[in-house]
Amino acid sequence: MKSGRLYGAKESAMRVIESASFRDIETEEALKEYNAEAKKSSVYYIEGELSEKDEKEIAELFTGSDQTPITTPAASSVSAPLQRLREAEPGKEGRGKDNGCWIIETRYKDEVSDPAEDSIKKALRDMGKEVKSVRTAKRYYLKADADEQTIKKICRKELANETVEDYFYGYGKLKAPNPRLLEGKAAAKISEIEMVNADDETLQQISREGLLALSLDEMKAIQAYFRKQNRNPTDGELETLAQTWSEHCKHKTFNSKIEFDNNGSIELIGNLFKETIVAATSKINKEWVVSAFKDNAGIMSFDDKNNFAFKVETHNHPSALDPYGGASTGVGGVIRDILGAGLGAKPIFSTDVFGLAEADYDKEIPEGMLHPKRMFRGVVAGVRDYGNRMGIPTVNGAFVYHDNFLGAPLVFCGTGGIIPKGMEHKKAGAGELIVAVGGKTGRDGLHGATFSSKALDEASPASAVQIGNPIEEKKVLDALLAARDKKLYTCITDCGAGGFSSAIGEMAQRTGAEVELSSVLLKHGGIKPWEIWMSESQERMIISVPEQNLAELKGVCSSEDVTATVIGRFTDTKKLVVKFEGRMLIELDMDFLQNGLPKLRRKAKWKEKELVEPEIAEKGNYNEELKKILSHPTIASKEEVIRRYDHEVQGNTIGKPLSGVNDDGPSDAAAIRPEFGNKAIVVANGINPRYSAISSYWMAASAIDEALRNIVASGGSIQHTALLDNFCWGNVNEQEKLGSLVMAAKACHDFALLFGTPFISGKDSLHNEFKLGNQTVSIPDTLLISAASVINSNESVTMDLKEAGNSIYIIGETYDELGGSYFYDLFGETGSNVPKVRAEARQNMLKLTEAMRLGLVKSCHDCSEGGIAAAAAEMSFAANIGMEITLAALDKNYKALFSESNSRFLVEVKKEHEEEFEKITNGKRIGETVNEKKLIINIGSSDLINCPLDELKEAWQGTIKW
Amino acid sequence: MVKALILRSAGTNCNDETEYGFKLAGAQTEQVHVNELIAGTKKLADYDILALPGGFSYGDYIAAGTILANQLNMKLKAQIEQFAEEGKTIIGICNGFQVLVRTGLLPGNGKAMLTNNDSGKFECRWVKLRGTGKIKELYLPVAHGEGKFSADEETLEHLEENSQILFKYAGSRYPDNPNGSLRDVAGITNKKGNVIGIMPHPERNLTPQNYPGGKGEGLQVFKNIVEQHK
Repeated sequence: MKSGRLYGAKESAMRVIESASFRDIETEEALKEYNAEAKKSSVYYIEGELSEKDEKEIAELFTGSDQTPITTPAASSVSAPLQRLREAEPGKEGRGKDNGCWIIETRYKDEVSDPAEDSIKKALRDMGKEVKSVRTAKRYYLKADADEQTIKKICRKELANETVEDYFYGYGKLKAPNPRLLEGKAAAKISEIEMVNADDETLQQISREGLLALSLDEMKAIQAYFRKQNRNPTDGELETLAQTWSEHCKHKTFNSKIEFDNNGSIELIGNLFKETIVAATSKINKEWVVSAFKDNAGIMSFDDKNNFAFKVETHNHPSALDPYGGASTGVGGVIRDILGAGLGAKPIFSTDVFGLAEADYDKEIPEGMLHPKRMFRGVVAGVRDYGNRMGIPTVNGAFVYHDNFLGAPLVFCGTGGIIPKGMEHKKAGAGELIVAVGGKTGRDGLHGATFSSKALDEASPASAVQIGNPIEEKKVLDALLAARDKKLYTCITDCGAGGFSSAIGEMAQRTGAEVELSSVLLKHGGIKPWEIWMSESQERMIISVPEQNLAELKGVCSSEDVTATVIGRFTDTKKLVVKFEGRMLIELDMDFLQNGLPKLRRKAKWKEKELVEPEIAEKGNYNEELKKILSHPTIASKEEVIRRYDHEVQGNTIGKPLSGVNDDGPSDAAAIRPEFGNKAIVVANGINPRYSAISSYWMAASAIDEALRNIVASGGSIQHTALLDNFCWGNVNEQEKLGSLVMAAKACHDFALLFGTPFISGKDSLHNEFKLGNQTVSIPDTLLISAASVINSNESVTMDLKEAGNSIYIIGETYDELGGSYFYDLFGETGSNVPKVRAEARQNMLKLTEAMRLGLVKSCHDCSEGGIAAAAAEMSFAANIGMEITLAALDKNYKALFSESNSRFLVEVKKEHEEEFEKITNGKRIGETVNEKKLIINIGSSDLINCPLDELKEAWQGTIKW
Repeated sequence: MVKALILRSAGTNCNDETEYGFKLAGAQTEQVHVNELIAGTKKLADYDILALPGGFSYGDYIAAGTILANQLNMKLKAQIEQFAEEGKTIIGICNGFQVLVRTGLLPGNGKAMLTNNDSGKFECRWVKLRGTGKIKELYLPVAHGEGKFSADEETLEHLEENSQILFKYAGSRYPDNPNGSLRDVAGITNKKGNVIGIMPHPERNLTPQNYPGGKGEGLQVFKNIVEQHK
């Protein structure tokens, strides 16, 4: 970064302070395989003029004692062995000049913002000490029989993420340079891009080299526009068009015209999105849908006072590069979507779903790719650190495992919120001020929108990664909700992909806007005007403020330690005008910017796959198979993750992620009662990418069915349930891939209609593929369906059995549907009989809800991965109550146990309620709960499963470890 | 009417439910940002109860509670000490407890502290507590990464002798004692008994719906405090 000024030409202004070292479980776990003993310490670089007395007081603040050395000038070299490592002295001879240890320091790169800086500066300010910069680092003291090569590997693979962090190491001695403060002014450079006279090849080259992800057609449309203007575009204009027209922002594929070859018959689709998902919502026409597809989140009616807003987003590409940063800013981003829904909703829960390769993946990992275990730890820690600090309970989620997520992991972040009725509409008026609220702007996250519209390769830009600062976001949330209630602004949106460009471009669509970028508060110098405009720095919102409210708004913000800066004005010119120090950066017609994108016309192809069912020999007992299925990481207990998330904050989690006598059974859904009221939201998800190996249509249908099963099993009704779709696909430029996307979208239409459950929001992330050797690997077609349902807060039902001596019923038919099942997977088979969804599912669900509302259901669990056998096992061991059931035979004895047919529930009913229950539902009584702590499942006269509950539970709990 | 001030700062996040607890217990409540106390637009002297709710004040950078404790000591020390001397109640829950220990209002000063959980991990789970005061049993969630109460033997003895240990985890082994606290300490008071710190969250169990078969017994904590000031 050549424009950054090296700070600390005067070395004496830098102090470094290091905490006593401590054991750190996460580090120990990460270094297990290296046979290394490690201790960790926290390091703070503090830059400023400080007296000796200052140093002493600061040392006391950081360590609770004034004994810790504070070093001046910066400890560009630290020596080991240190006192702190005495107990871990290696005692090994012959290595180097002393029996020291390796010292490693990791810290954010200088150009990446350090989320701790503002808080620590504030603490020092409270003590009367104004400092210039604070940077934090971690140091590790490693006792390991390791050569430099290994240490470097440890740095790169385990401790640091080179995308955003630097690492330094030394044996016995550490030499780390001081961090540099990158300050100063923006670089005022605005460039003209020579393209008015460019030929096709040059146009493509401009797009490619600028990471613009614009097609030739799109480049030509831009060229034509500027030919009319008689000038070339600036860098800012071309970047703005690339961002606004990106797949990420305009959903070009979903909005394209498609010539669809469906098993040989040709169908013309005018607009895939409108003809499937939107069409379903408008046909279903529920009066409680308040806002669908037009805002940052979908909004549905909740109670007399509030509406409910819900949004789930993907954050796949950033998470592939930096799982911690990617997942945490994914959480931060979707929270801002909720804050930016209507005039601002208050977040009440989060749900996070991940698609990863298995943690014990033992094949070679290509250079530049992170091991799935590291990926797992990173994404969980990211959600933990952001969600917990925001005080939003993370109550629901899922992990799905598949080898083809290795280089393209899926990270879905969702948040729900409540918003007072009447605040769902917003409109920025001409003449109102454009105010940026929250964090400063830096170079982080440039090209996020265009980058996420491409496949990952080695050239993926490091700057596409952002680091989250949850405390900044919490302050922004508190300040803006206060300002909302005082009606100080008329419109709000979040800065996500595309930063100001996207936020202001959207808000000013119908008016126009004029922005002066030199007013924007910057994190560091050297940033160009177009970079300020496009930056994806986190924790920023844009609001539209009538001039007379500005003083009060600034007051509200400053009382919460939040910055609010006027950066422009909404106009009535229907033009987007952006300047830097008065010089023109952008002057575009809104109409061209928003509607000038040439419509794509593409071809798609769908052909039923020719697959066969496997021949698997029958056995007399399936205890082992059941245990193996229960221990598959997709099915196994997620307790290790759930407990890292604060799922109880706000005091309203009335349906918990874990159920049962020991709070460790797998709940189907969570229930949240906002503001201690009488109504609650049930939230659940459905996802099963395995089925797409057979049919993306039935994969999508199954995801909808599963999400709704989870809702219904937990006490929700499909009559007041809304859906969200999140499509994650491979390269849809391939006709077959686009064909499978079309089929999945059609399934969304067909089954939303069947169940009467409208879609209110959704997202798509396409081009999820990666290189493995010479091969391009695509993720399996994956649709996440998230569902939210409104219930009375006393209607929630849990999945753990309640007492022995009750009857067990099954609702829903079991078919020969093991295609894509976990049972077939045990034999390395896929099969062909993928689970379908049939018309009777709707009635079955409605009737079950009716029985629940009459209090006839003691517990209920849906049958999904692993079929009836897995569901029965989970209900039993969650409660430590046995179950003995008898199933009707299918042509192979294992099929009834493990078929994954959709739309099925196991239900516990008290004996005295049997008659009433049977009258309402078409449930079949299949057995009862028993005192003996065993699961017994018979078919005919033989016990196909006969297993103590603790064995089943052990299998289920043993898999997912930190 | 008994007046309770629920203190907010950047990163406070259990303020609404803590306020609700005091409200249900019959207090008149108000959420006040620490900046308002510092600016003098609100005065601590106007209240009977000061509650420091849970959260991650200022991100809990450096160590949990440190930055807010530093701010209180630097900017509001005299007011807060007087508040405590007058026998008014100060309660810190979770992060608030961490803050009170670091300010020195609860036994701290390097002798006692809340440190990293033995598991090395953030833990969110329900735990059983035994009380030595009016409340004998409680069932509450914990949600923290730095909740292990540690002190030297002498300090611990001292706390026991003076009946300053208000709540203990009902068992000594993980997960009954979720963080490895010495002598299973979950909550303590100052000598006078009017400054209270507790790691588990009574404000997350105010109503029967907070857990299956629940009674909302956390409310009693708030009721007892409000009762004292009636």
